[in-house]
Amino acid sequence: MAALTDQTARFNTLKSLPAPVVAMMALIGLGVLFDNFTNAYTQFVMVLILTNVVLATSLNLVNGFTGQFSLGHAGFMAVGAYTSAWLVTRPELGALPDFLKFLLLPIGGGLLAAVAGYIVGLPSLRLRGDYLAIVTLGFGEIIRVALLNSDSLGGARGMYGIPSTEAVPALGLTAFSAQFAVASVWAVITFVTLWRIVHSAKGRAFLSVREDEIAAEAMGINITQTKVRAFVISAFFAGVGGSLFAHSVKYLNPSTFTFTKSVDIIIMIVLGGMGSLTGSVIAAVIITILPEMVLRELQQLTGIDLRMVIYSLLLILFMILRPSGILGRLEATDLWKMTLGRRKAEDRKVEGQRVEGKA
Amino acid sequence: MSEVLLEASNVTMQFGGLCAVDKFNLTLRSGELVGLIGPNGAGKTTCFNCLTSVYKPTSGSIQIRGVNTKPLRPWQISKLGMTRTFQNIRLFRELTVLDNVLVAGLQHTRHTMFDSVLRTPRHFIEEARLKERALELLAIFKLEGKAHLEAGGLPYGEQRRLEIVRALATEPRLILLDEPAAGMNHSETEDLMNTIAKIRKDFHLAVLLIEHDMKLVMGICERIIVLDHGVIIAEGTPTQIQSNPKVITAYLGAEETV
Amino acid sequence: MDQSHSQEFIQHVINGVSLGSIYALIALGYTMVYGILQLINFAHSEVYMVGAFAAYYVGSNKYLALTEHQGVGALIVLLIVAIAACSILGVTIERLAYRPLRKAPKLNILITAIGVSLLLQYSGQIVFGSDPKLFPEVIKDVSLFKIGGVEVHSLDVTILVVGTIVMLGLHFLVQHTKIGIAMRAVSSNEMVARLMGINVNRIISFTFILGSSLAGVASVLVGLKYPKIDPLMGMLFGIKAFVAAVLGGIGSLPGAMLGGVLLGLCEEMVVGYISSTYRDALAFGILIVILLFRPAGLLGSVQREKV
Repeated sequence: MAALTDQTARFNTLKSLPAPVVAMMALIGLGVLFDNFTNAYTQFVMVLILTNVVLATSLNLVNGFTGQFSLGHAGFMAVGAYTSAWLVTRPELGALPDFLKFLLLPIGGGLLAAVAGYIVGLPSLRLRGDYLAIVTLGFGEIIRVALLNSDSLGGARGMYGIPSTEAVPALGLTAFSAQFAVASVWAVITFVTLWRIVHSAKGRAFLSVREDEIAAEAMGINITQTKVRAFVISAFFAGVGGSLFAHSVKYLNPSTFTFTKSVDIIIMIVLGGMGSLTGSVIAAVIITILPEMVLRELQQLTGIDLRMVIYSLLLILFMILRPSGILGRLEATDLWKMTLGRRKAEDRKVEGQRVEGKA
Repeated sequence: MSEVLLEASNVTMQFGGLCAVDKFNLTLRSGELVGLIGPNGAGKTTCFNCLTSVYKPTSGSIQIRGVNTKPLRPWQISKLGMTRTFQNIRLFRELTVLDNVLVAGLQHTRHTMFDSVLRTPRHFIEEARLKERALELLAIFKLEGKAHLEAGGLPYGEQRRLEIVRALATEPRLILLDEPAAGMNHSETEDLMNTIAKIRKDFHLAVLLIEHDMKLVMGICERIIVLDHGVIIAEGTPTQIQSNPKVITAYLGAEETV
Repeated sequence: MDQSHSQEFIQHVINGVSLGSIYALIALGYTMVYGILQLINFAHSEVYMVGAFAAYYVGSNKYLALTEHQGVGALIVLLIVAIAACSILGVTIERLAYRPLRKAPKLNILITAIGVSLLLQYSGQIVFGSDPKLFPEVIKDVSLFKIGGVEVHSLDVTILVVGTIVMLGLHFLVQHTKIGIAMRAVSSNEMVARLMGINVNRIISFTFILGSSLAGVASVLVGLKYPKIDPLMGMLFGIKAFVAAVLGGIGSLPGAMLGGVLLGLCEEMVVGYISSTYRDALAFGILIVILLFRPAGLLGSVQREKV
């Protein structure tokens, strides 16, 4: 006795298709639009925003939704970036059309990063809180040291002249808008995947582990598997982010992927709210634009790099004054629903209680 | 005779030099309602923790429906059809009431995370079924109106009830209730006991109940086990227990002096 | 041939123990704070960095001319300066950043600690400049005597002597003084300690002063042994010292000392016999292995969560 007929279920599946596609098209359109009146630098920042959206939302799955604390996201990002940069030069991939190749490369980076995530996740599971934090930090550093010592990947010199997407006249895309399109597709895939995971009963398993491991286990949740999954999914998308990063900066160096890079991403999810995907997106946009557009001017005026000083101050102040970040564990859509709800008299009471519950 | 669900023999749990549970024996058959009583610190909750693999007993063996639980983790115990509630309420506080119950029902769903990501028809069918079932259970405990509230914000008595609903959502054959009436007033307790009796019938459940309220245990249990300092000092029907001199000294006697 | 091998080995042991005692001094600060607040005080490594700079500015001051009066006197001046600077900074961090969060989730305090650490690193780059500075040479590094054909230098002896004195002093303080007993009481059970009339806030402040002072001592010793100092010097060194604390068993003072010396020895052996490029990964390798097989560390004890 199913509560839903097959037909309705199939209809629901169809109904859930358009939204991601529309989001992708809208973003790609935005890229094409901006192409005409922005300089190369702004365009670089635009791709960086999407890259950071991928990195921040994926880290949020582990740190915000599963309640673990990873300080090694930059390590997974490095794995993805280097893998992608290595793959792109392989002659075996030459047969693929250029645009398609760049669209698919993040999968390669993501998969290897996911393997790294599995390796890190497995032993880390017995550890909690700060111990886990320090171990993931250690894994991140080990990855970096390994890269430093691998001559085939450039060692300390790094990798130069990494190819990037070229213009696709057939689709009306310039080099930039093609690159932005690849980033858009992946940003949407990342966001939609994570959103659907945490907004399904299946994905509530992650949240139950965050809330109470012992109770989750008593309710039949395999917490080991759940945590490993969180790490693997998170690492996969970190690898995707790394791949996007590699082909937009076109230059990789192990020193890019230090602990500080991990903290950069942590700042985004803390500011946006740990456990809020839309919050991560908003914070990723702000945190990317702020230093590049605003602080750069300030730095040119004063001659000192205030970026990290301001970030770290923000981090401390947020923790003391508003530890839940901009959105806490709410999503932007929840806020929207709540405003709608207030307008409806009959919903007023229920929503009011809900807000009380949150506070 | 009906099927043996749980068989514990000589279960012993030592913490350093302290022997919290000493040679605990218990056989529980399907449909039984057994009470586990004893003064504070007698080792009742430690027993539960051993039975559910939260602690690994120092020695002795536990079998659930014929399966040795020694190598099993707590989540596998749940899959064998035994589940529990917690004395110090362990709800998923920041999840909604409904989500608390949904998580517990997950082990009986057939869809995977890929189904959920791709939003396949199977995802919709399974999640709808899960939700329907959860709402039914919530209705039995008069919590359906609060399905979308945060679990941590519920009043105390409702949190205790939600713990039972969540445990039931795992579709157990045997449920261990750790002081389900703690902190409830008289009428709430009575209400709860009636519900326990009812779900036991409706779901064909065996229940092992830790309770402090003697009157309550005497009222609904067919068999009672008395634990003191980790050792079983008496076992029998409520009438037998009430007249057992050992129990009176260890437990009832102690209460009379209060 | 054989002799040169054993000489080389002894040389590595000396270097390892001397590096290890510096790790131990910093590890003690981590372990004490962890014992009391269950917090990895990420900012501890920056406290140590600031100590080194304080000593640098006093030591290289032209009017004080400490480098012209090399010797124990100059060393003591630098130690006092570093200890004072570190203590003040340590207590200030606790007051401003950690105390408001005393009741917040542990994760929030951890993130704050990371924030403080970064803030000090990057404001350090602005205030001190990001280029490395040369630490004043207040002790001349001369060969004092020979063991098995290996020359023992005055710097290594200084480090060992100072490190030993400080650790013995700490041991006495924690085991035999009133405030030391109060510290241990707070560390074992804060609530009970409070009920027994211990002023917990004061003890926490004192712990930060003590831990920071040790970091101050370590910063001067590091400055002498590895004279290039810069605002980022603390980060990696600090994390490694934390690993040393975990290795020995977090919360255990003898553990921190043991862990520090062991880590120093291991690193020195890796540098000597394998490759210096893997030096920085070694600490993390050790960390992962120890957490997998003996999470309580060598001298620590496991704690069980109450269900």
